[in-house]
Amino acid sequence: MEVKRRYVGAPVIKKDAKALVTGKPVYTEDIAPKDCLVVKVLRCPHAHAWIEEMDTSRARAVDGIAAVLNWEDAPKRRFTMAGQTYPEPSPYDRLILDRRMRFVGDVAAVVAGETEEAVDRALKLIRVRYQVLEPVLDIHKAKDNPVLVHPEDNWESLCDVGADNRRNLCACGQESMGDVDAVLAGCACKVEQTYHVKANQQAMMETFRTFTTMDTYGRLVVTTSTQVVFHCRRIVANALNIPKSRVRVIKPRIGGGFGAKQSAVSEIYPALVTWLTGRPAMMIFTRYESQIASSPRHEMEVTVRVGADEHGILQAIDLYTLSNTGAFGEHGPTTVGLSGHKSIPLYRTPRAFRFAYDVVYTNTMSAGAYRGYGATQGIFALESAVNELAEKLHMDPTLLREKNMVREGDVMPAYYGETAGSCALDRCMARAREMIGWDEKYPCRDMGNGKVRSVGVAMAMQGSSISRCDVGSVGLKLNDDGFYTMMIAAADMGTGCDTTLAQICADCLCCDIENVIPHGVDTDVSPYDSGSYASSTAYLTGMAAVKASEKMVKKIREKGAEYLECAVEDVDFDGETVFRTDSAGQITLKDLANRVMCNNGKALEVVETRSSEISPPPFMVGIAEIELDKETGHYDLVDYVAVVDCGTSLNPNLTRVQTEGGLGQGIGMAMFEDVTRSRQGRVYENSFMQYKLPSRMDIGRLRVEFESSYEATGPFGAKSIGEIVINTPSPAIAGAIANATGGVHIRELPITAEKVFKGMGKLETDGAM
Amino acid sequence: MEIQFVLNGRRVTARITPSTVLLDVVREKGCYSVKRGCETSNCGLCTVWLDGMPVLSCSTLAARVEGREVTTLEGVSRQAEELGLFLAQEGGEQCGFCSPGLIMNVLAMERELDHPDQDAVREYLAGNLCRCTGYASQLRAIEKYLGREV
Repeated sequence: MEVKRRYVGAPVIKKDAKALVTGKPVYTEDIAPKDCLVVKVLRCPHAHAWIEEMDTSRARAVDGIAAVLNWEDAPKRRFTMAGQTYPEPSPYDRLILDRRMRFVGDVAAVVAGETEEAVDRALKLIRVRYQVLEPVLDIHKAKDNPVLVHPEDNWESLCDVGADNRRNLCACGQESMGDVDAVLAGCACKVEQTYHVKANQQAMMETFRTFTTMDTYGRLVVTTSTQVVFHCRRIVANALNIPKSRVRVIKPRIGGGFGAKQSAVSEIYPALVTWLTGRPAMMIFTRYESQIASSPRHEMEVTVRVGADEHGILQAIDLYTLSNTGAFGEHGPTTVGLSGHKSIPLYRTPRAFRFAYDVVYTNTMSAGAYRGYGATQGIFALESAVNELAEKLHMDPTLLREKNMVREGDVMPAYYGETAGSCALDRCMARAREMIGWDEKYPCRDMGNGKVRSVGVAMAMQGSSISRCDVGSVGLKLNDDGFYTMMIAAADMGTGCDTTLAQICADCLCCDIENVIPHGVDTDVSPYDSGSYASSTAYLTGMAAVKASEKMVKKIREKGAEYLECAVEDVDFDGETVFRTDSAGQITLKDLANRVMCNNGKALEVVETRSSEISPPPFMVGIAEIELDKETGHYDLVDYVAVVDCGTSLNPNLTRVQTEGGLGQGIGMAMFEDVTRSRQGRVYENSFMQYKLPSRMDIGRLRVEFESSYEATGPFGAKSIGEIVINTPSPAIAGAIANATGGVHIRELPITAEKVFKGMGKLETDGAM
Repeated sequence: MEIQFVLNGRRVTARITPSTVLLDVVREKGCYSVKRGCETSNCGLCTVWLDGMPVLSCSTLAARVEGREVTTLEGVSRQAEELGLFLAQEGGEQCGFCSPGLIMNVLAMERELDHPDQDAVREYLAGNLCRCTGYASQLRAIEKYLGREV
């Protein structure tokens, strides 16, 4: 059978589009049973405290209250909320309910009741006596601080990540090639600076939410807005300390995730209520809770030393990352790795590199996974430093990059020694320069009205799945009349993988896409898949879709040969009919599929699973054009061009929207989105009033193009697209600010007018920044 | 207290308290297209029409709709599907959680503004936040829906 590309590469409309745009009840809250108990939590007002006493008697007495739970009611075995492959690198440092409170917003008690009014009333009637403890809030003073965030004896680290709860360390490590210090000492031009990225919120429109019920067999059913359905089963079982056989997890439609839902943020509370009371329960995070007690980006401070010779050839990169995991270690040991592994390899030339890191516990909101997963922080730092280096060398930053960037076929020592098997970064740069008109616009143009227009550039990379770890699976089942069910556990969170995976199957099976019905995700039914994160779905589950389809075709041919009474080598299958190559007979798929439902001993079902030895990086270039007011430091983003190499684009509409959406989030991160705290550790940006998401008015023109390479190990040549797209706006906009102002380098996000204004003032007085 | 109002052309009765907001009433009546995305009137997800004009149902007291006409996406499903198809053709619905509020506001804009240019469209819809798309695909879809070249 010859595979023709009918759907792969075509702008196929998402299979769930009609239900979504007509507002059908398809999300968690919409499908919850009407008799769910309302679950809410009492949050601690202190950054660090010990609960000395809690009186819940008056709360329990409120009419309609079903449960008021505190540390005495929760299992004592620690677990992690991070959705990662077992054994998780994130330490087991959490209880559902603990007696030690570790950040402002930590959960002191859980209340469940028949109405919201009753629950709100009961929450107010809980009396807690806290022993307020000194908190650890400064990331620079956290390591080896006498105050410990996790002094408990049953804290546990399952993997060798350099974690030590007695030192407030969630992870630490170092790797290197060559003698960085010696090479840097011999460099003609050097930059050494520290860059600071804050704990941005994913701010998906649907907040965290879960409902839980008991099924016919006495098992806990968790229906939840998650990206990691199977990991969620393990997390809930671990949290409740019950066998995994007693838990089933189901994912309906999800209103966005961006990594936030790669942690079990809302699941464990209603799960505890239902397990203890036997009654259905639902918890819906308010936006306020999602802002102060969720799973945002790890705040990181990245110190970069980069040196080049007098011709602008990079010689060495030295990168140290200090990451704040907050009160718990979710994704702490792993996000930090990407800050080096997915920034340093952008450059082929350095003879030496070093990457070292510490991940510290503090008494702040726990961090989690957010699109980019540490790469975003590392790339802001390194790309900003390279822009500063270009300025010092009096060299065009795009030319500096062209001299040094990674090329197809290069071995990348800082990227696990992998080879860039597919890489069109050079073409991305050339095209992006052309699109924006770089040569006419660099570095800046005075508009004559107090305004300056300038451009700034950045490159980015990411991975495609976690090599030798992630598992992608697809099951296919042939049904009556010859339609297929496609069983998956990759979580479509709006990204469209239900559709793109069906596109792959339909092409490989030579059938109409309407004949491929996606089904996901339900841990009782779906084949095991590690979930939708780490840019793995298109690449890894996509390849499983290819393999599953091939195996299904083989089975159909075998069955066809049996019915046509000949050897399997003597039949062919064109997607609709199995026919003998000697023209002596044929059977349609429809007849075959119906016939196997009677007197048959071979199931026409397959499951295929895929892991990868490598994680092929997508690459991209982003260029920002801004207009800056020299008087005030205010600037507008006028234009943004992005050229992406994601290998083959499986669905150009969806890869384009992924890119535009990631740029939008990256622009928000660069320009407005901030997380700051009071001296007592309370988050100020606790609603959309203070945490400003970019609106339609804030994002200028976005122009996206693709320069395709072909990744031989990916489905139809595809690599990932989901995460990389958030990485360029921060360094590109910072670069444009520097070019507009003659050297004001903003090294802490977000890049506000105030910071630019102050920078311009400082430049005037000191002459350098 | 009890209120009576017209919901998507049908007369309905609801029991409310003085602090009940319209969002919770319409969801209770089965209009699940109406979503809550924030508590501070910032996101536009809960947009419905009150006597034909778009309002944020999260910050409209239910008591205010006594005797008035409320329309949700369920009440304009044919138009929603038509506009929604343009969105879907651009991939602009993505997770879909903000789509109902956006569609309600685009339909209201179409009635209210005469040939709005792109800036006017952006301005009218500024209160409809979306975290998935970066807005570009939605704007392309709206331009095409309004019969304009992109």
